Amino acid sequence: MTGHPAAAARFLDDAARAAWHDQSLWFMRQKRDRGSALPEWESLRFAGSALKAHAMSRLADLLEEFERRATANGVVVHWARDAREHNAIVLGILRTAHVTRVSKSKSMLTEECGLNPFLEAQGIEVVDTDLGERIVQLAGEAPSHIVIPAIHWKREEIGALFHRTMGTPAGETSPDALAAAARVHLRDALLHAGAGITGANALVAETGGVVVCTNEGNADLGMHSAPIHIACVGIEKIIATRDDLGVLLRLLARSGTGQPVTAYTTHVTAPRPGAAMHVVLVDNGRTARLADAAMRTALHCIRCGACLNTCPVYRRSGGYSYGTVIQGPIGAILAPAIDLDAHQALPYASTLCGSCVDVCPVRIDIPAQLLAWRARGAAAGRLPRGYGIVFEVLRRVLGTPATFARATRWARRVQRLVPAAWLSGRWNPWTRPGRALPVLADESFREWARRERNQP
Amino acid sequence: MIRVALAVPCYVDQFRPQAARATLALLERLGCDVSLGFDAPCCGQPMFNAGVVEAARDVAAGWLAASGAFDAIVMPSGSCTHHLRHHVPALLAGAASAHAARVTYELCEFIAGPLGRPTLAGHFPHRVAMHLGCHARRGLRLGGATELHQPESGPMHAMLGALDGLTLVPLDRADECCGFGGTFAVGEPDVSVSMGRDKLGDVTGHGAEVLVSSDPSCLLHLDGIARHGRSALRVMHIAELLEEATR
Ligand code: SF4
Repeated sequence: MTGHPAAAARFLDDAARAAWHDQSLWFMRQKRDRGSALPEWESLRFAGSALKAHAMSRLADLLEEFERRATANGVVVHWARDAREHNAIVLGILRTAHVTRVSKSKSMLTEECGLNPFLEAQGIEVVDTDLGERIVQLAGEAPSHIVIPAIHWKREEIGALFHRTMGTPAGETSPDALAAAARVHLRDALLHAGAGITGANALVAETGGVVVCTNEGNADLGMHSAPIHIACVGIEKIIATRDDLGVLLRLLARSGTGQPVTAYTTHVTAPRPGAAMHVVLVDNGRTARLADAAMRTALHCIRCGACLNTCPVYRRSGGYSYGTVIQGPIGAILAPAIDLDAHQALPYASTLCGSCVDVCPVRIDIPAQLLAWRARGAAAGRLPRGYGIVFEVLRRVLGTPATFARATRWARRVQRLVPAAWLSGRWNPWTRPGRALPVLADESFREWARRERNQP
Repeated sequence: MIRVALAVPCYVDQFRPQAARATLALLERLGCDVSLGFDAPCCGQPMFNAGVVEAARDVAAGWLAASGAFDAIVMPSGSCTHHLRHHVPALLAGAASAHAARVTYELCEFIAGPLGRPTLAGHFPHRVAMHLGCHARRGLRLGGATELHQPESGPMHAMLGALDGLTLVPLDRADECCGFGGTFAVGEPDVSVSMGRDKLGDVTGHGAEVLVSSDPSCLLHLDGIARHGRSALRVMHIAELLEEATR
């Protein structure tokens, strides 16, 4: 096995840890269930889906409206076609202002663009100020979950990491003590940064404003203490109005963590006196996605993480098993658009149980897109190994009642003659993880019907 | 008398013919005139879900050819019914697929709906855990979805609840997928079995003696894991349970 199945198998090797991971995320799912138990919840989901569809249908107009208003407010708006342009723009801003240290709050877009390694290679120090992001950054890892980047870290392990990197007492595992140490450590980075980079949860066309949600207030500290604020944003974050924002914010917090609203929800429309504010608008494949009618609703995603938390496969395989920046069900439909060859196994990392579409606050039909990617992969000759031949055989066997009857008679003969142990060897993926082979009945239903009910 | 055709999916025919025989017995007991003349082995769902669309279309065409003659087709499988109703009409647009989608029913859905028997009188003195396959639950909406804040419901739930002596065992994660998922079971074998084990742990942890489902494919997988672990759990298809309870 390679790809997701192999990585998932390795993750499951540590059964106790895998069970803990599953339970931690299920707990998030339950918090979401309680937080979203509102009489108007389903109407909110419909409204969220509709307002996103509306914004995507007018993407160019709304982005230009945003640019006009933001520029009038004193914000510098940049356009980046892809990750390379995005990184170059950010570097240009920093170089012009002679900045060598930046703080950065949570942004999946900068992960997508590989901004940290890029800036570090240019001699610029980047400190992630979201606690979870800082944990994975100190460990030299990437986030394993879009909302809870260090969900795979246990408290004791964080204690040991902080002991090594921040000098907390050995064996310290109290969340309060560790958070206090991180606060001191991050405050230093925040106060000495020459620029604060943030992501954005929404861009509001009618105000030219950028909206950033966090629970730690780190984005606010970053953008308000440094002389330069750079917001790096995917263009699909645009919405038309402030009224739309009200719907999205309610959906986002309740779906992600079950909170009524994030602890800090900041609307920035203009730089403060003496400071500069930049917004970098990034395409990086988004307009191509918009042009793809069967797949375009993936752009509605507000990165709440609910589909990850509910996904029985994600919970039992971990974020790294996907090998992508965005993990879980939404990652599995985003990644193939970037590189079908590299990610052809991801659309198969799902049972199509449908839980993701039912939790999704903007009602993205993820299973339908998983199926569509499977079909595209297959049409492009990218079926997972072994599938092609199996399905060719099945097509013939299942084609007519006569071929089916003949093939199954043979199969029963094999079952009678070949010892069960041979059929359950290590090579057999059905039995290897601990699952007995199904047993072909001595008499099929059709044979019984022929005998008992005189069927032809 | 209501005339119906019994459509037996390929894997039920071979691996669990007792579920098909129980379906037949039950429908006849409920006064149906059941035709066994429906002769197509498979609806093509396995190929479709794997992305092998051409093969899925070929196999589904055979199914549609067999289904034209009947006014109602009953299947002891939620996932095949779901495929027929929600995917085949897009795969093979036309009158035949529209007809098949309209007249094909999952067994409990058929008994409660067209037959007008939402509950049956019967006796089954056991502790029973119910597993509704995800395509039946979220695809056909034959049960509640906790994601949508719905309580457990649907025809199978109502029928089990009405049987004398039967105790429905509540599960911690009643609507969590069991991990079968068609080719997923062999494409992602480790996650698949891990999910199945967790499902069985939930079931036996609550003291259930019987696990019942309207989806024989989930049962194939769960039964395999239960047998591997030498579990005493009795794994039953809903048709087998209802047939036994109403004997
Ligand atoms: S796809 Fe839906 S549920 Fe998943 S992260 Fe995006 S908005 Fe949330």
